[in-house]
Amino acid sequence: MRATPARIAEYRSARRARLLSTRVNAVLATIIRRLLQTVVVMLVMSALVFVGIYLVGDPISMLASPEATEAQRDAIRASLGLDLPLWRQYLVFMGQAVQGDFGNSFLTGEPAMRLILQRAPATLELAITAMLLSVLIGVPLGIRAGLKPQAVSSRAIMTGSVLGFSLPNFWVGLMLIMVFAVTLGWVPASGRGQTVAIGSLNLSIFTVSGWLSLALPAITIAMAKCATIIRVTRAATRESLPMDYIKFARAKGLSERRVLGVHLLKNILIPIVTVAGLEFGQVVAFAVVTETVFSWPGMGKLLIDSIINLDRPVVVAYLLLIVFFLVMLNLVVDIIYTVLDPRVRLEGRR
Amino acid sequence: MSQADIVKPAIAAARKPEGPWRRFFVDFFASKLAVVGLILLTVTVVAAVFAPWIAPQNPFDIGNLDIMDSKLPPGSESGDGTMRYLLGTDGQARDLFSAILYGLRTSLMVAGISVFFAFAIGATVGLIAAYFGGKLDALLMRIVDIQLSFPAILVALMLLAILGKGVDKVIIALIVVQWAYFARAARGAALVERNKEYVEAARCMSLSWWRVLWRHLLPNCMPPLIVIATIDLAHAIALEATLSFLGVGVPVTEPSLGMLISNGFEFLLSGRYWISFFPGIALAIAIIGINLVGDHLRDVLNPRNAN
Amino acid sequence: MALRFTRALACGSAAVFLAMGATGSAWARDLTIALKTEPSAMDPQYHALTPNNQIAQTIFDPMILLDKDLKPQPGLAESWTVDGKVWTFKLRPNVKFSDGTPFTAEDVVFTYDRIPKVPNSPSPFTLYLGSVAKTEAVDPMTVRITTKEPSPLLLVNLAQLPILSKKAASGPAAEGKTTMQLNSGDGLIGTGPYKFVSWQRGSEFILARNDNYWGAKPTWDRVIYRPMTNPAARVAALLAGNVDMIEDPPTDDLPALKKNKALAVEETPSVRTVYVALDQFAEPSPGIKGTDKNPLKDKRVREALSLAINRDAIVERVMGGVALGAGQMLPYPMFGASKAHSVPPKADIEKAKKLLADAGYPNGFEITLGSPSGRYVNDSKVAQAVAGMWSRIGVKTNVDAMAPPVFFKNRDSYAFSAYLAGWSVSTGEMSNALSSLLVTPNPAAGLGTTNRSRYSNPKMDELVAQSGSVMDDGKRAEMLQQASDLAMNDYAMLPLHYELSVWAMKNDIQYQGRPDQVTLAQFATLKK
Repeated sequence: MRATPARIAEYRSARRARLLSTRVNAVLATIIRRLLQTVVVMLVMSALVFVGIYLVGDPISMLASPEATEAQRDAIRASLGLDLPLWRQYLVFMGQAVQGDFGNSFLTGEPAMRLILQRAPATLELAITAMLLSVLIGVPLGIRAGLKPQAVSSRAIMTGSVLGFSLPNFWVGLMLIMVFAVTLGWVPASGRGQTVAIGSLNLSIFTVSGWLSLALPAITIAMAKCATIIRVTRAATRESLPMDYIKFARAKGLSERRVLGVHLLKNILIPIVTVAGLEFGQVVAFAVVTETVFSWPGMGKLLIDSIINLDRPVVVAYLLLIVFFLVMLNLVVDIIYTVLDPRVRLEGRR
Repeated sequence: MSQADIVKPAIAAARKPEGPWRRFFVDFFASKLAVVGLILLTVTVVAAVFAPWIAPQNPFDIGNLDIMDSKLPPGSESGDGTMRYLLGTDGQARDLFSAILYGLRTSLMVAGISVFFAFAIGATVGLIAAYFGGKLDALLMRIVDIQLSFPAILVALMLLAILGKGVDKVIIALIVVQWAYFARAARGAALVERNKEYVEAARCMSLSWWRVLWRHLLPNCMPPLIVIATIDLAHAIALEATLSFLGVGVPVTEPSLGMLISNGFEFLLSGRYWISFFPGIALAIAIIGINLVGDHLRDVLNPRNAN
Repeated sequence: MALRFTRALACGSAAVFLAMGATGSAWARDLTIALKTEPSAMDPQYHALTPNNQIAQTIFDPMILLDKDLKPQPGLAESWTVDGKVWTFKLRPNVKFSDGTPFTAEDVVFTYDRIPKVPNSPSPFTLYLGSVAKTEAVDPMTVRITTKEPSPLLLVNLAQLPILSKKAASGPAAEGKTTMQLNSGDGLIGTGPYKFVSWQRGSEFILARNDNYWGAKPTWDRVIYRPMTNPAARVAALLAGNVDMIEDPPTDDLPALKKNKALAVEETPSVRTVYVALDQFAEPSPGIKGTDKNPLKDKRVREALSLAINRDAIVERVMGGVALGAGQMLPYPMFGASKAHSVPPKADIEKAKKLLADAGYPNGFEITLGSPSGRYVNDSKVAQAVAGMWSRIGVKTNVDAMAPPVFFKNRDSYAFSAYLAGWSVSTGEMSNALSSLLVTPNPAAGLGTTNRSRYSNPKMDELVAQSGSVMDDGKRAEMLQQASDLAMNDYAMLPLHYELSVWAMKNDIQYQGRPDQVTLAQFATLKK
């Protein structure tokens, strides 16, 4: 067969398609594998929480009125199913869980999962806004600080970033409230703005008052996250700048913008994505302090209160949700690794 | 200028090559910022170590405190006239200056030890996961996922129930909570480094995997890990304060710096700013010192930056 | 020309509307309250918890209302007579529920019957029906209640039970409308001054004026409750004008709030007593070192510990003045509180040291004081102050402050030699405090349920038991005073202070506080 240009082009496109489908298949296989692992992880998590709460104390002591008699306490215990041995309680829970019923909160009697999902959109809004702010501001500042480490602006950025993560979250939030809400009156001191219902979700990002209320809590969280991202970006930039490929790109005569924006960025994104992913996960799961200070009706406060009140169904449901979310988040980050650096295999196989 | 003037110094320099340590010190002290950082750090550490000798009062001994002296502004005299409170007193009548010194001790020790071990354990796990890949990677990373989702408070409460109270238990709780973060960061960096030529070269030399990990992979993964470690120090101090406030950390009568700061929050709006302000400054000094030194240390030690 | 005019008109009216919205026009005023804790349910019979009860008492009325001294007053029951074990209540005529249906005796019977049927209640209201044998509707305006024993506390107990509407709250389930249905507003119809509009958990819930209300016209158009658990955030919200009134500002902010001309502060003594309990049973006691006996069994040691505590200093310095020193478990002159102990004992360090030496502990001993952290106002701080004072007389004290669930676990397993706790005397009578905290523990009979010091005084037990069936108020009060004196003279436990309930609000609002620490929208009115 002669290698005509047409045939070569055909061969190349077929090869490209083959490679792409192999890649896509690999990703799909990974996703399925990860989902199966998630089931195991959720089993382990639920068992840990059952044992954990059991070790900490007796839910009845937190729920029942202090004036209740022993007989009344036993009646409450029986009605909540807490008089069975622990392993039996766990089996009961498992049986219901596979049907989608994660039990009712001891404290409020409402279905635990519903309580959490009602508050999830608020936390997600806050987390996503805060992380976007941090990344969009942090990466450019970090690159700048890494490019010219001796410049005054770079030193200012670095010192500012130290303040960003060493100032306590609580203090930053309170100061912002005092300045912008109490003194200037630009934004409300707490609470969430008006929401718009999309299906069964209540989102506040579609209203002006929603954004006004979101501003301060998001900035509070973003300050610390931004500082972290700046520092990681700077470190990675300092690492990568002396590398050969940067020298070659510059030698090729590419514009500085292209050198930084494409070549440098692609190579420093991996640590940034890692840290951003970790921080995002942490914010979604545990943004309690900020939610408390701003009375933001998110999930974080619900978790802490449920732990203190030993409201086991809510704690279990919450942590199952979070662990699922985090496993999926880490999967997304892993996939991003392979996109950024093709040498990285998705599950490290050779 | 004669030729001798040029040649002589060149020969002299050539005869005495600079040792690596000398080079390190020269590089390090070249930056004024790093020197400032080092001074701050030294002051902090010395203050913490020698606290019992420097502090005018032992704030951890309840018998020393007189509740009538509480919330006094800086410079006040104590009720019985025996001492002057340089920085004022807190809500429990502790001399703030002494409390800061003692608290620094606790905070630095707890945060330092826990971050160190969390780093060591986490980095090892992350590197192993990235290096071997496959099922081991999946197993280790799923454990990491579980750990990342487990709230610190629950971990601390459980440890309290199993192991009881004590400063060492707080450290263990902090290690348990933090190692997963390092593991994930280390794995991310190692996944990239693993595919580079020097690793292949090391493996071709039939070095044991342990050696490849330690001597070759780890040093090149360090930069993001060091950044995270220094940030984590500040996090650990705040986390320990939260746990102590809930009663699962250090005893309330022996507050750490983090606890002093969080105890002082409620006074911020009431005009008694010093109760939170001065401990906050002390913490900021310590953190800034650590970070300035750490930043420059990283730059200086980085093999790739050697010009 | 016309365009400019209409534009000016539009701007002008917009400005007027803006101004109205900003200040709240005089004829349509809402009240926004920042709550300390969010209620866990709207179902008034699900969980006996103050945040829930205060909402229930705004949407519903009970048969008996409590006035500002917690004394029973006519509510939905206009008058009553009692004959031994039979109580006959005449109901208030012409009362309508907020949906227009008339209130009758059937609603009372339905309400009381529903209470035991509410499933999975973490703290059921059956507590308050313990003495009731039978409830029946004699005619549409008369209810007869038969009690198991002569029960002088019936009225106070009935005050805790809001009356539901039989028509609205009936349903297919055994208890009628379920808790979940009531929580969403379905069937939540009452005779109270305000009616339910909506509830978004974590965010806010809204009540509106009940135009069918039988009493004085409710002041507010709507009442909006927002939970703000963080105290600093609550204060900030009040300062920013986002809310009209807040519960429980932090004690340290009060001086600044009181000075603020735009705000008003209301302080009311409450029935919550903070006390220290001393182990008088175990030998040796788990938290005591330096001796193999239990020194707390010796009355002189207990007295020494009490005299070492400077209650005035704690009130002033730790509680910021938002408390009253306590000499017994209920402030005088409430029901059953005796004059003899109406003033707290003055601190006397010399006498305390002498008593210790007399008891055989000239060098003191070591003890651990347990305390919850964050359960009561300034709990761990008060514990630290007490520890300092005990240390000064030679009893070296360690403070073990812990998260509430851990604290209760340890307290209930008798791990403490001494612990700090609080007790809310919900009935406003001394019998409540004594029978739960100081009577010899008898779990089967429901006595001494929270008596973890295991103090036992048979004479006092006798007095309290007898008072339970004495119908004559005067005589009963006297018996309770005697019982309280017996306990306090014995230093059975060391009361420290009574908390003051505090509300802060905009200065055009006034609030009538009540000792049981509830925040009721109908007690908030506009100043004339």
